[in-house]
Amino acid sequence: MSENVQHHIAIYKKVAATLAVLTLLTVAVSYIDFAVPLAITVALLIAATKGSLVLSFFMHLLEEKKSVPLSRKGIGLIIGSLIITALFFLVIIFVPVMGHADKVGDYFAVPNANAPTVETPAAH
Amino acid sequence: MDIPYIVDERPDTGLTNVKLGIWLFLASEVMLFGALFSSYVLLRLMAPEWPVGSEVLNVPMGTFNTAVLIGSSVTMVFAYASLQMDDLAGFKKFMGATIGLSLLFMVVKGFEYTHEFQIGNFPWTNTYLAIYFTMTGLHALHIIGGVIVNTYFLGPGSKMWATNKTQFTNRIEAAGLYWHFVDLVWIFLFPVLYLL
Repeated sequence: MSENVQHHIAIYKKVAATLAVLTLLTVAVSYIDFAVPLAITVALLIAATKGSLVLSFFMHLLEEKKSVPLSRKGIGLIIGSLIITALFFLVIIFVPVMGHADKVGDYFAVPNANAPTVETPAAH
Repeated sequence: MDIPYIVDERPDTGLTNVKLGIWLFLASEVMLFGALFSSYVLLRLMAPEWPVGSEVLNVPMGTFNTAVLIGSSVTMVFAYASLQMDDLAGFKKFMGATIGLSLLFMVVKGFEYTHEFQIGNFPWTNTYLAIYFTMTGLHALHIIGGVIVNTYFLGPGSKMWATNKTQFTNRIEAAGLYWHFVDLVWIFLFPVLYLL
């Protein structure tokens, strides 16, 4: 038990150091004058790397795979519910992107109630 | 009536109900913050102009706070590891450090908010500031919630160690999972709001 914990502590220290380096890297990269799409990609890639380190080691998600009882084969309940959550998360993130990218068909401007009214010459 | 399977694993799930419960709660939190990230994408895509975060906010302060919050996550895993090694004094030391770092995060955030208000940047000033205050405000509420729970476990809650070590360790594991999630959200909030 104790040896196992010692092994974990060694990993925690390495993960902590990596997270610190990646945080500095995110800030350093933001000073480079990338085009906006590339800057967003790089920043999100680093954030995703950091996030997966936290999930895998601090939240012990890598070890949760073993949480399936041997009597029943399949994905553990934690991983299973997280996969479903990730799918729905992707859907809500991409809904605005897909709406924005949708150029099929005729473009209709939605009437804006707050737009200044255009002076129309009185019809006589 | 006692809640079942909070000490031993439930045979068919292979988990304690504590752990399954906190993970399902975190899944719902993913959707809560996910909806706000989705709103951010929508607002930014539709906006005629969008300020560069680093020109509005203080990046060194944000970087410092990121380090503070990651540090608090590190002390949290050490607090949990201390309990696994049967070391209550070590747990109290690391849990105290976690709470201290959480409060430091809130103080820095308080300075940032005060500065924004002083220069006339309010949630209703523009769309960027609206989503900034909404997302960081919700995140700060999560920090406050975590501090309350962690302080309870450091103080009166730790009496359980004398009566049921396993149950107390399970509680700290769940509190830790929540705390790492709050850290995880900030890891994404920081580049999205401060740097891009």
